[in-house]
Amino acid sequence: MTVMEQRGGYRSSPPPAWQPRMDPAPLLPDAEPHRVLGTEAAAKADPDLLRRLYAQLVRGRRYNVQATALTKQGRLAVYPSTTGQEACEVAAALALEERDWLFPSYRDTLAVVARGVDPVEVLTLLRGDWHNGYDPHAHRVAPLSTPLATQLPHAVGLAHAARLKGDDVVALAMVGDGGTSEGDFHEALNFAAVWQAPVVFLVQNNGFAISVPLAKQTAAPSLAHKAVGYGMPGRLVDGNDAAAVHEVLTEAVRRAREGGGPTLVEAVTYRIDAHTNADDATRYRGDAEVEAWRAHDPVQLLERELTARGLLDEAGIEAARQDAEAMAASLRERMNQDPELDPMDLFDHVYAENTAQLREQRALLRAELDAEQADQDDRADRDDQEGDQR
Amino acid sequence: MTTVAAKPATMAQALTRAMRDAMAADPTVHVMGEDVGTLGGVFRVTDGLAKEFGEDRCTDTPLAEAGILGTAVGMAMYGLRPVVEMQFDAFAYPAFEQLISHVSRMRNRTRGRMPLPITVRVPYGGGIGGVEHHSDSSEAYYMATPGLHVVTPATVADAYGLLRQAIASDDPVVFLEPKRLYWSKDAWNPEHPTDVEPIGRAVVRRPGSSATLLTYGPSVAVCLEAAEAAQAEGWDLEVVDLRSLVPFDDETVCAAVRRTGRAVVVHESTGFGGPGGEIAARVTERCFHHLEAPVLRVAGFDIPYPPPMLERHHLPGVDRILDAVARLQWEAEG
Ligand SMILES: Cc1ncc(C[n+]2csc(CCOP(=O)(O)OP(=O)(O)O)c2C)c(N)n1
Repeated sequence: MTVMEQRGGYRSSPPPAWQPRMDPAPLLPDAEPHRVLGTEAAAKADPDLLRRLYAQLVRGRRYNVQATALTKQGRLAVYPSTTGQEACEVAAALALEERDWLFPSYRDTLAVVARGVDPVEVLTLLRGDWHNGYDPHAHRVAPLSTPLATQLPHAVGLAHAARLKGDDVVALAMVGDGGTSEGDFHEALNFAAVWQAPVVFLVQNNGFAISVPLAKQTAAPSLAHKAVGYGMPGRLVDGNDAAAVHEVLTEAVRRAREGGGPTLVEAVTYRIDAHTNADDATRYRGDAEVEAWRAHDPVQLLERELTARGLLDEAGIEAARQDAEAMAASLRERMNQDPELDPMDLFDHVYAENTAQLREQRALLRAELDAEQADQDDRADRDDQEGDQR
Repeated sequence: MTTVAAKPATMAQALTRAMRDAMAADPTVHVMGEDVGTLGGVFRVTDGLAKEFGEDRCTDTPLAEAGILGTAVGMAMYGLRPVVEMQFDAFAYPAFEQLISHVSRMRNRTRGRMPLPITVRVPYGGGIGGVEHHSDSSEAYYMATPGLHVVTPATVADAYGLLRQAIASDDPVVFLEPKRLYWSKDAWNPEHPTDVEPIGRAVVRRPGSSATLLTYGPSVAVCLEAAEAAQAEGWDLEVVDLRSLVPFDDETVCAAVRRTGRAVVVHESTGFGGPGGEIAARVTERCFHHLEAPVLRVAGFDIPYPPPMLERHHLPGVDRILDAVARLQWEAEG
């Protein structure tokens, strides 16, 4: 007898039978991260693709090393390195077609470079001369997003707009493991699934959000599991296996393009360097852990595969190394020139048309700069005269 | 040319018509938000849009303000003009991150390469007996964010005209809709609906010579009422409707204050850290030698918006405005 019946004979009719909205099983990620390198699947991978991935990995590693060095020389204010995560970065760029869009987080400089954006322009934000150095439309790359996960709904909106327009454009949005705890992550995934927007979310689980390990970030079995609750497939991949990341992302991009909706991909990887050059990683992790991951290095993994299969020899390795060296030399040289700054830029892009208030403030700064210049000119004149007298 | 007589219309009707006309004129205009489609919005301001333009153009989104505004950013990046509805003032707060970190500064971050033409419609303010979180005046938060335009209509004609201008703007506009005016009627000529001053201009709603009331949105009607009442006391009050808080029309405001030599700023939102402080400071900086009394403020109390049974004590009413006007005289006489 139910409580209600005991109380007075009220009897509710049984509720309509509950049905799950869909079978969640196909959405669930595999128990183990997907791997290609070192497995039989590698034999089926396209050798050209593997070589392209390799060249980009080697460049990427060199880029990370060079940019980190630039912070030590004071040429960059800060650099969040992706050493150890190059496979994710490179695969993200290479899984997209030209017409697709990339929505990077502040760490994903390498993906943006691999997408073809000028490396110096990519570093503008981190050098501090402006918030964004490249034209987002030129390579279809959104500005690097510093607030965590906030770029994810942008990717969804853009993909949705493209689909409404009838364009088969896909957006790939990148976020860290810490970023998955943010509300915007949730809202973006939910919108994407409800709208069936052609978006791929790539979570680079590199073990830490600054110092906080994944275990303190989430209680989910994996970050890929989060997809199921939204009604989209979750995929788990070895983030150091460039071929595997590329395969999983390409598959997700294809499904999105064909109208199959969004996918959440978790790439399990590791951040070898500290969070940024300003971070002391020894406070929250031990050397043994780092060393274990060094043994699973993305560049080495692919190099071993390619050499074992006779697709790469010493000369090929040397060629890739030299190409990366040339890129680094050019980056170094161009970053060693002081950026040209125009303070009047401060007012030029706040609104399409300046408000009266900004016009006044602009005039104030102009006058200050002119006075400064006049001062300098005076001093130079005086120095010249003194020089003449001597 | 046939002249069509102005007919009474509500502000809600004018807003709906503005969106409808904008959508008809420009296929990139998309309306989105919670309940804006089938229901037509909880205030029915989007009524009929989904039916006329389809659900792709007037979209019921999931219930998530950051998501609504965040996806609107991406849509604007791809060439659409999203018009976003935040259901109530206080429920726009989850979207502040998107508004402040991205919407307001995308043009600036990208040095003009990626402007975001987004209109964020926010029903705001009290006086409708709403329970907690349904009556906030959040304009100071928006005003403090460079890159946003902040406008608020006080008349039916402005509701239409300013919203059309907001949607057409290449910059993001926070469009504050005074909910207590949604059902107020004015004579409005829908044949010439866009005949209003541009965003950024204030308008003298009632000329006067003794003092200037500087106000906007829901308080404009209250100030006009106060001006009528003040006549009995021999005060000829001027009422300036600011219409646009950003950009701010120093010129009209200062011209008005210089004429009368006295000014009171009136608004519902809190006084401390509120818009009135900024306005009073600007007026003082520019009109000091014309002022015969300090610029006074009549604002809501510095309290969280009160429960509906007490809100009449909080909202600036005619009496409080008249008291301030009396103080202007007293202050002037020392
Ligand atoms: C909204 C927000 N909160 C805090 C920060 C400060 N912050 C910068 S990076 C970071 C950790 C991010 O970790 P994760 O998402 O795992 O990305 P990872 O740095 O590992 O690539 C934090 C807390 C921020 N940028 N944005």
